[in-house]
Amino acid sequence: MGLLSILDRSHTIAKPGFSRWMVPPAALCIHLCIGQAYAFSVFNLPMTKLIGITKSAPDDWKLTDLGWIFSIAIFFLGFSAAVLGRWVEEGGPRRAMFAAALCFGGGFLVSAYGVSVHQLWIVYLGYGVLGGIGLGLGYISPVSTLIKWFPDRPGMATGMAIMGFGGAAMIAAPLSVWLMSLFSTPTHVGVAEAFVVMGLVYACFMLVGAGIVRLPAPGWKPEGFVPPSQPKKLVTANDVYVYQALKTPQFWLIWIVLCMNVTAGIGVLGQASAMSQEMFPGRVTAATAGGFVGLLSIFNMAGRFFWASTSDYIGRKNTYFIFFALGFVLYALVPYFGSAGNLALFVLCFGIILSMYGGGFATVPAYLRDMFGTRYVGAIHGLLITAWSVAGVLGPVLVNYIRQYQIDSGVPKAQAYNVTMYIMAGLLIVGFIANFLITAVDDRHHMDLDTVDDLVGVA
Amino acid sequence: MSFDNDGGSATTALELALAWGFVGIPLLWGVYGTLVNAMKLFQ
Repeated sequence: MGLLSILDRSHTIAKPGFSRWMVPPAALCIHLCIGQAYAFSVFNLPMTKLIGITKSAPDDWKLTDLGWIFSIAIFFLGFSAAVLGRWVEEGGPRRAMFAAALCFGGGFLVSAYGVSVHQLWIVYLGYGVLGGIGLGLGYISPVSTLIKWFPDRPGMATGMAIMGFGGAAMIAAPLSVWLMSLFSTPTHVGVAEAFVVMGLVYACFMLVGAGIVRLPAPGWKPEGFVPPSQPKKLVTANDVYVYQALKTPQFWLIWIVLCMNVTAGIGVLGQASAMSQEMFPGRVTAATAGGFVGLLSIFNMAGRFFWASTSDYIGRKNTYFIFFALGFVLYALVPYFGSAGNLALFVLCFGIILSMYGGGFATVPAYLRDMFGTRYVGAIHGLLITAWSVAGVLGPVLVNYIRQYQIDSGVPKAQAYNVTMYIMAGLLIVGFIANFLITAVDDRHHMDLDTVDDLVGVA
Repeated sequence: MSFDNDGGSATTALELALAWGFVGIPLLWGVYGTLVNAMKLFQ
């Protein structure tokens, strides 16, 4: 028990002299690992040849069955973030990061066993359930800590961490391929060994983050920081209890804002490779389309930092207004640039769209903090992540089914995405309206000071 | 740097550099590799 006490919230309070700039790397240690989920698909094809080695044998797993691993993981990301948000908030970031490291790393190890005995349900349980819980815990655990350390720049702080989630696939994809090639032999695909190494490396990396992280002492403020004497209209100095937030229209309006922004972005992200090849036949090959997807990942990552930092100056509401208005124009322009054969402007359009997709994720914790205060922002953020889970299904389904309907109706492949783009632009109008309707939270939802003190004391 | 707050003292520049290098180097490696691959799109 003594050893585990270093995970307690009380043991995580920083002493005077601790630099708050140590906290973003701690958060990045977590997000650079769990963002690996975006690159999990590199294992799918090798896992269809575990028995046949060079080609799939009849008893090998099918790609459609393997696709469920990622879906289960994303479902449990949303589920655990929503259910365990309060536990994360009250127990402090170190305990949550520690648990996330064990779950995420452990998920890989369980999956390695599943691969070695060729039982897919064990992989579902390992990476899907256990890894997914690690994803959820890890995603929300550093958010409120960063907001507390950077009351002067909350958007920039959370943007830095969530930027790591967007950039992680750029590390994980080549690392996974290299590890599989290292362990593969003419009679063996090295997936299980790659899982073991990745599980151990990711767990260690995340534990370093858990070790570094600190909470500011009660009442701590950055040097020279003076809270604005005239509070901004949409920035509260009060706190809203986690489940009370669900009773406010503001929570659900921000839910719609995030869901619409993510649906539009995720729909094109999943289909970017095929879309670029079909809109520019002969000019974009499968190999160069991989480069296009990589470029979008960089825009996605950079947008998380850029837009979230910008929101500190122009406000969260205005930032989302830009996402929806500019996004509407860009989605509407994509079919034009496609038909004009202008590849550079097509890439630029999608780059900016994906930067705003990432920016939506990174700006939302600060938006929640403005609306509901800092006390339960991590837990409320956890509940909001369900919008991502819904968008994760809605976006790809919309793009895939509308494209297929267009092709079945005789529309050439190069133009099959046009209607999709216009529908995505329509979704952004819904998001714009929801954002427009957001006002300050009514006073009756705020926690009274006695309740806050009691909860802080208990925690 | 101790994992507990008891032995903590002022954060040094070396600790900051190590912490940022620990996360920054892998991230830059990933971005560089992706950029090199992305350039094929315009060749």
